[in-house]
Amino acid sequence: MIKFFQLFLSFFKVGAFSFGGGYAMLPLLEEEVIKTHSWMSGAEFIDIFAISEMTPGPIAVNAATFVGYKVAGFLGAMVATLAVILPSFIVISLIYTFISKFKNSPYVDWIFKGIRPVVLGLIAAAGVTVAKTSFMDIKSIIIGAGIFYLVSFKKLNPILGIVGAGILGILLY
Amino acid sequence: MLWKMFLTFFKIGAFTFGGGFAMIPIIQQEVVDKHNWIKDEEFMDTISIAQSSPGPIAVNSSIYVGYKIKGFIGALVCTLGTILPSFITILIIAIFFNQFKDNIIFEKVFMGIRPAVVALIFSAVYRLVYKSHLGYGTLSMALAIMLIIVFLKISPIYMVILGAGGSVIYHKLVKNNDNIEE
Repeated sequence: MIKFFQLFLSFFKVGAFSFGGGYAMLPLLEEEVIKTHSWMSGAEFIDIFAISEMTPGPIAVNAATFVGYKVAGFLGAMVATLAVILPSFIVISLIYTFISKFKNSPYVDWIFKGIRPVVLGLIAAAGVTVAKTSFMDIKSIIIGAGIFYLVSFKKLNPILGIVGAGILGILLY
Repeated sequence: MLWKMFLTFFKIGAFTFGGGFAMIPIIQQEVVDKHNWIKDEEFMDTISIAQSSPGPIAVNSSIYVGYKIKGFIGALVCTLGTILPSFITILIIAIFFNQFKDNIIFEKVFMGIRPAVVALIFSAVYRLVYKSHLGYGTLSMALAIMLIIVFLKISPIYMVILGAGGSVIYHKLVKNNDNIEE
């Protein structure tokens, strides 16, 4: 029972204090999972990171499911996964309620107007960061450029783009 | 309706590789283009809220979009849809971990997917720029913010606060005087 409680608390913390998504939560996760509770070794931690890169879904959720399963089986996986998304659920619910209440306030409108260029910049910055580790040879650049063209200008479904790129990976590498 | 929402977000969850940002173009395609559940501007607001709240961006945006479409129950359904594919996948991997570890085919597939993720992220940017009719001012601000984040590694949350605060001050002080609305 204490195991479940610890899992819940650790992943609730990870969920609550990781701003900016994905990679921003890694240091916190490392501290909880390796240093505080010794649920994993450093090498296993890198493995779970690699797995998260290769499997669908947010890395925080993936890590929670994986660690939870390792520590306490299926139930552990469920507890850790729920714990990691609970803070999001609470915070977004509050924000949504707040925004709906003040929908007609010019302030809400101004705030969003001010945030829009920031969001655009953030997404582009994420693209640059991912590009640094993804473009390692001419083949990967061609795949990237091709998919960009098809999705942006030829209305290719992004999901098909991902599937196609996976097949190209098998053929080209 | 709820079932359709669940399926849509299950699909989004299943194809979100490489972290939250990769799902932005997929959400855009499914939620804005295909189902018209929210508009392009609302989508951008969703991303900014997801960005500035704690937790995974994919989960945050599902919750918010869920609320927008169908309130609390919608938020629950969309969240469940988003996390279920990764929950199932990771559970399977955790059970058969050692067989997956050094799989060559797996590795090759992801060599192909990684650059595609970059392409998808930039096509999302392209679409937002193109569809939202942003002015040059907004665009150059976005570019500056991108450079700041990439090179100075400042936490996104500060940029969001700065953008929101700056805009409120600007509208309050400058726009109120001459009463011209955008």
